[in-house]
Order: sequence, then C-alpha cells, then structure tokens
Amino acid sequence: MILSRGPKLCNFVEWRGYKVVYKRYASLYFCMCIDQDDNELEVLEIIHHFVEILDRYFGSVCELDLIFNFHKAYYILDEILIAGELQESSKKTVARLIAAQDSLVEQAKEQASTISNMIAQATK
Amino acid sequence: MHRDLNHTNQYIAGLALCALGNICSAEMARDLAPEVERLLQFRDPNIRKKAALCSIRIIKKVPDLAENFVNPAAALLKEKHHGVLLTGVQLCTDLCKVSKEALEHLRKKCTDGLVRVLKDVVNSSYAPEYDVSGIADPFLHIRLLKLLCVLGQGDADSSDTMNDILAQVATKTESKKNAGNAILYECVATIMSIEDNGGLRVLAVNILGKFLSSRDNNIRYVALNMLMKAIALDSQAVQRHRTTLLECVKDSDASIRKRALDLVYLLVNESNVKSLTKELIDYLEVCDSEFKGDLTAKICSVVEKFSPEKIWYIDQMLKILSAAGNHVKEGVWHALIVVITNASNLHGYTVRSLYRAVQTAGEQETLVRVAVWCIGEYGEMLVNNAGMLAGENPITVTESEAVDVVETAIRCHSDLPTRSMCLIALLKLSSHFSSCSQRINNIILHYKRSLVLELQQRAIEFNSIIEKHHNIRSALVERMPALDEATYSSRRAGSVPAAVSTSEGAPLNPPNGVSKHTSSALVDLLDLTSDDITAPSSSGGDFLQDLLGVDQSPALSHPGTNQTQKSSNDVLLDLLSIGTPPAQSGSSTNNMSSPNQDNKNSLDMLDTLTSPPALSAQASSLVGSSMIDLLDGFGASSSVPVAEKNGLTLPSIVAFESSSLRVTFNFLKQPENPETALIEAQFFNKSPNIYSDFTFQAAVPKFLQLHLDPASSDTLSASGNGSITQKLRVKNSQHGKKSLVMRIRISYKMNDKDILEEGQIKNFPPDL
Repeated sequence: MILSRGPKLCNFVEWRGYKVVYKRYASLYFCMCIDQDDNELEVLEIIHHFVEILDRYFGSVCELDLIFNFHKAYYILDEILIAGELQESSKKTVARLIAAQDSLVEQAKEQASTISNMIAQATK
Repeated sequence: MHRDLNHTNQYIAGLALCALGNICSAEMARDLAPEVERLLQFRDPNIRKKAALCSIRIIKKVPDLAENFVNPAAALLKEKHHGVLLTGVQLCTDLCKVSKEALEHLRKKCTDGLVRVLKDVVNSSYAPEYDVSGIADPFLHIRLLKLLCVLGQGDADSSDTMNDILAQVATKTESKKNAGNAILYECVATIMSIEDNGGLRVLAVNILGKFLSSRDNNIRYVALNMLMKAIALDSQAVQRHRTTLLECVKDSDASIRKRALDLVYLLVNESNVKSLTKELIDYLEVCDSEFKGDLTAKICSVVEKFSPEKIWYIDQMLKILSAAGNHVKEGVWHALIVVITNASNLHGYTVRSLYRAVQTAGEQETLVRVAVWCIGEYGEMLVNNAGMLAGENPITVTESEAVDVVETAIRCHSDLPTRSMCLIALLKLSSHFSSCSQRINNIILHYKRSLVLELQQRAIEFNSIIEKHHNIRSALVERMPALDEATYSSRRAGSVPAAVSTSEGAPLNPPNGVSKHTSSALVDLLDLTSDDITAPSSSGGDFLQDLLGVDQSPALSHPGTNQTQKSSNDVLLDLLSIGTPPAQSGSSTNNMSSPNQDNKNSLDMLDTLTSPPALSAQASSLVGSSMIDLLDGFGASSSVPVAEKNGLTLPSIVAFESSSLRVTFNFLKQPENPETALIEAQFFNKSPNIYSDFTFQAAVPKFLQLHLDPASSDTLSASGNGSITQKLRVKNSQHGKKSLVMRIRISYKMNDKDILEEGQIKNFPPDL
C-alpha cells in the first residue's frame, strides 16, 4: 500500500482504523502504526531520531548493516521505545547505554570462551 | 523475571523491565507490579525511566493497580533528567486516562509544576544533547503539551493556568522545520480541547490556516485533521477557509482529498449548498474512478439534505447521474423517483431533461433506468411538451423517437434490471402511444425467446396483454400515484436503503401482481405466489431465523411500522435461504413482497424481480430471486426444465406426521447432479375437516440450498381423499459429508381457525 504511493504525497496513510506513518530513506521505508489520536508529525520525528541513532552507532548506516546486525537494531529500538512510548530523547544517552551493554556482551562472550576452553582442555 | 528485576547489574534489570514492558500479560503485571514500583525510585535514571514505561503497560493491562502508581509518578515529574521526565510525563498521561482519581490528584497538585517545567524547556538555551533541528527536546515539549491537554480538559481553572504558556508556545515556535510544526500541532490540539478561551482559539485557527496553505502535504493533512475537530467548536472560523478546502478536494494526494471531502461535507449548510455542490459536481466529472464513489455518495447526501427546492434537486441529481451514474447507490435513485412522482408540476420538465440527458450520457446505467422509467410514466408529456416551465427550451420529440430511446436502452445495456424496466416502459408506452403499438409489440415479441428467464417471462406476459387484453391494458398501466415520501424516508433511515412503499389503489401492472381484484389472466397465474407471501407470521421471522442459526444484524430493530411486513419477508427469505449471510443482514429493511393488498411497491417489485440471485447484498434481490424461483414452476413455455424422468429414486419417507396431517417426501436424484435432490412432497389430511389456505414452508441450514415450487393447490380435502403436492429442490453443498435436515412449518385454516404446525425432519436418506 505504501510502496504504491508517489514521492510527493504525504507520509500518512489510514489503515484499518489506525494511521500508518512512513518515512523513506533511500531504498528503505520505516513505518510506524499509531492510533487515531497520536500526533503524526511527532512520529515522523521519532522515526528520524531512531534513524540518527542507528547512524551514529553503525557509522553511516546502510541497508546491509541492518540486515547483518538486525539483532542490534532491535536492541537499539528497545532502548528508544518501550510499550510504544518514547523512552529517551537524547541521542548521547542512548549511545552510551548501548555501548555499555555491548561491553557487557563482550565480557560475557569472553567468559564463555574461557570456560569452554577449560572444559575442552579438561576433557582432552 | 523476578530474579532479573532484582539483579544488581542495572543493565540486566533494564532488560527485564524492557521485556516486561513490551509483552507482559495481565497476570504477570499483577505479580511483578510491586517490583516495578520499587524500581521507580531506583537511583539509576535509566532504570527509573524504563520502570516508568513498564508501569504504563501495567496500568493499561490492570487498571486497578493505577492508584499505587500515582504518587511515584507525581514524584517523577520533578526530575531533572530529560529521559526520566519524559517517561514520567507519559506515565502520568496514561494514568489520567485510566483512572479518574489520578486525574484529579494530578490536576490539583501538578499543573503548576508542569507549567513551570514547560516554561523552562521552552526557554532553555541551546543544548546539543537534546537538540533536534534547532529546538530543544521537541519530544518533551509535545509530551508535556499532551499531559496539559488531558489535565485541562473539562477543568476551567487548570486551563487558565495554562493559557500563558500555550500562547507563548504557539507564537514563539518556529514552524520551518517539522519538529516545530509538530509542536505547534500539538499545541493547537491542546487549545482545542481545553476550556474555552477566545483569544487562544483564534490563535489556533490562524495557525491551522497557515498550515493549510503550506506546500508540504504532511502539514496540510494534519491541518485538515485538526479542522475537523475545530468545526465542532467554531464552524464560522472554518467557513472562512472554504475556498482552500475546495482546492484540497482536488489535490493529487489521495489522503488529503479524502480528508478535505469529509470536511467540506461537514461544512455544508443551506446558504452555501448551491455553490459547493456546483464545485463538487464539476470536479466529479474529472476526478478518477476510485474517488468517484465516495464523492458521489457525499454529493448525493448533501443534495438530499439541503436542497432548497425540488427542481434544483432534480437538476443536480440529473447532473450527477450523467457524470457518475454507475457509482450511485440504489437507494439514491429510488429516492429520486419518489421525489419526481411527488413533484407533479415538474413531470414534464423532468422527462424532457432526462430525454436530453440520455442522448448525451447514455452509458450510465442508473441514468438510463431513471430515464426509461420516466419515459414510460410520462411519455405523453414528453411528446406533447406538456407542463412546460417558464424559460424552458421546447423540444420536439415524436412518439417513435421516445420509443427509440427505450429500444436502444434495451439493446445496448446488458444488465437485467435495466432491460426489465425497459420492457415495462414499452408496455406502458404501447398503451399511451397507439401509433407505435405495433412496433412496440414487435420489440417485445423479440424477447419472447430470450434466454434470460426474467425477460422471457415479461415479454410473454406483456405480449399477451397487448394482443389479447386490450380492455384492461389501460387500467394496468395507469400512472403511478405519488409515492409517499414520509414513509419512504423513515424506512430508509433504517440500515440498507429500502424500497419505496406505496399506498396506492390501482395496481400498476406489476407482473407479480399481488392484487386480487384485477381479473386478468396474469394475476391468476400468480395467485399462488401471493399465497405464499401472505402467510402471516408475526413472530415467525425471529423463529425462523433461529432455525437457521442466522445471526441477524442489529439492524433488525426497526421502526415499528415495518414489523409485520418485515417479519413476513424475513420468513420468506429465510425459508428459501437463498443468498449469502451478509445479504441476510440487509434483508431486514426490505419490504419487497409486501403482503398487504393495499401496499404494493411496484417500482421495487420490478427491480426485485429483475435482479438475478447472484447480485448485490441487497435483500431485494434475494426476494426477487426467490420470487423467480417460486414462479419457476409455471414460468414461460420452454423455460424451466422440469425434473427429469430418469434419475435415481430413493426410498420415500414420511417426513412429518401429526394427528391431523401427514407429509411424505418422494425423492428423485439426477445421476449427473448428485448434489441436487428433487423432492416431491405430498400432504394428506387426516382429519374430517377441509383445510384451506394451505401453505408449506421449509428452512434448511446454511450448507443447503432450497428451492420451493408452488403447491398444486391450497385446499386439502378431508380424510386423505386428495392431496396437495409440492416440489422442492435441495442442493447439498456438503454432499456426502452431511445429510439433509429440514425444518418445516405448515399453516392452514380449519373451520376458519388458523392452525400452525411445525416440525423437524431428520430422517432423510443419508446419500442425499
């Protein structure tokens, strides 16, 4: 439905009683479905916010980044929105949080690898 | 989950909150609510904000827990950290939506604080962290505005406190970037919903005006949205923007067009209806087809509601029909005809305009139908230029030209209703225009061999009227009296556009004449159908609906006037269970086969007869098709193939037996058609009294289709000395999987007492 719309048309479509707000970035469409009484322009801002954070994290994000690291994209989305509501409006904070959690993941991975080394050696 | 929530590592706790917030169910919410509450006061702001959002979800799922969260939420509003503040504000907004006490509490305590916070945010200097295109933290702006909106709704005091800050936001925010516009939009929304303050409202409407003229489509869309709400409050202000709105209706963007059309529809009132309609109709001629349907419907309802005088109404409707007749709904042109018949001084004018219109826009079905009907009715006015209005251009139309029009219509249009209407019009014209009578007869003769049952039947009947029954012909085709508008509009006020009801005396040549007092051969043929139809059943309707387990839509609760008629129709419809369930929900309003003698609606009878069963969800077609099937048994000569002689016979059963009646079913199955079974029902009278007005009705579940042929007679003589036979055809779509079941209902008169018998037949042979 959205793909069939022309370039100059407005970014809101009505669908099944909800509104769908979409924004196009090169070849990607980001869509958000909202209730009738939410502010559509604000949603456009939220989409942009999300995309900027992705950009900052991946460094000049492109489609491939999202395809190969979609789990990270979801991670970031979780940091921005919970239960559909905006959580954090500062990009720096979000970036910081993601970085911190990334390091946690790294730590956990290292631990896991050392343990598996130990086990491997023990069972040799 | 519990363990994770209590984990020391804040990230893990955060993750848990995240998960909880996104997907928790009501039970989980109840269990974990105290934990979340505790975390609302955690030292780490990240946890706090996640906990806040999580609480939103909890109170949405379990509104009772809202009270626990009110105090911590209020505390959150005093935070400095933007993230926590943002989420705190959201929590409060949702709290207010969910619980009234929370709303009161927050209103009293926090409004001032909020206003102060908003002021700070608005006036804050450049902060790189939160900056979005020049505005500091627009998200926070918007959320605060939303909360203020909720708090201020319905409460004058809090609204007063907010006025200043709202005015400041409205005037100072830059509107060049989307963020600024988003804030302005939210501001306008807030102003619209809080208690009245004249100056602010004007400000808001001005902002909307600016939005409307912006070139960005998004902004315009949003403005149109908001204007719809504004109309309720202050329609004068919105009227000022009427011209811009009309431009928007013609916009290239579909969403904008839709919204603008809705708005214009709301704006119409008596003073501007003429100019607006003119604009809309002009646009109708050029717009693209998906939009035409909507636009037509809107224009039609506008014209109907606000038309100042009949002639204008008729003119507009003609224009609409010429431009977009195919999109016009049934009810609309029925209404048009009602109006036409009521405007007797305009008959001549109408028929002449229609004649002209058909010359130019002959491919619009509905236009052709209305034109054909009018030519049939008022043919001689067309030819004699009778009833000329001042300033009208005279046209000369000869009788044969009028017949030409009808003839082209019947040739070129392939749909059944139009052609059937043409046939009737020809009959009427043959009586009015005696010079063309032979020619008309030839045309009708041509259709005697038509493959379409409906046309063939009509052709034969009309032909016989023309050739043999001259004496009654003129009585049959008398002009229809004015159709009663009041009853029509009250019926139509129901759900589906209903048929026109008439309260006329002389029957107007309906082939399925329910009249008993014309003695034409035609009507005798059809006596049987009227018997079936007149079977009274005031409570029958609901009963039979239960039988079928059909869920009738709530549209059944209708104006009382329709009750008896409707229920008998529903009986018929349900019995014959022809058509799909959605069509049945539309059946409620239709009164097609009006049982009363005085109440015939010829026009729609005509229509119903014509619509083939497969047609629209209108119940009229249902009844029409049921009528056709009823008439199947004695239809025109070579039409109906009666049950084949060679076929499978199955053992006959005694379907129903009571102390006074016995019903047996004999079966016949055609080998090439295993799903269909032909049943011959025989009724025997076991009592010593004669039964009169005998009717048999049957209902089957949805996977079966039932066709009932008329009975051989309606009098059952006593003590089994004679019997009535009636043929049924049952088609089992679940042949092989489910066997037949049927509920029957028999009504008859014994010694002038009405008797009703009902039963269920389950002993059908299994391979039916």
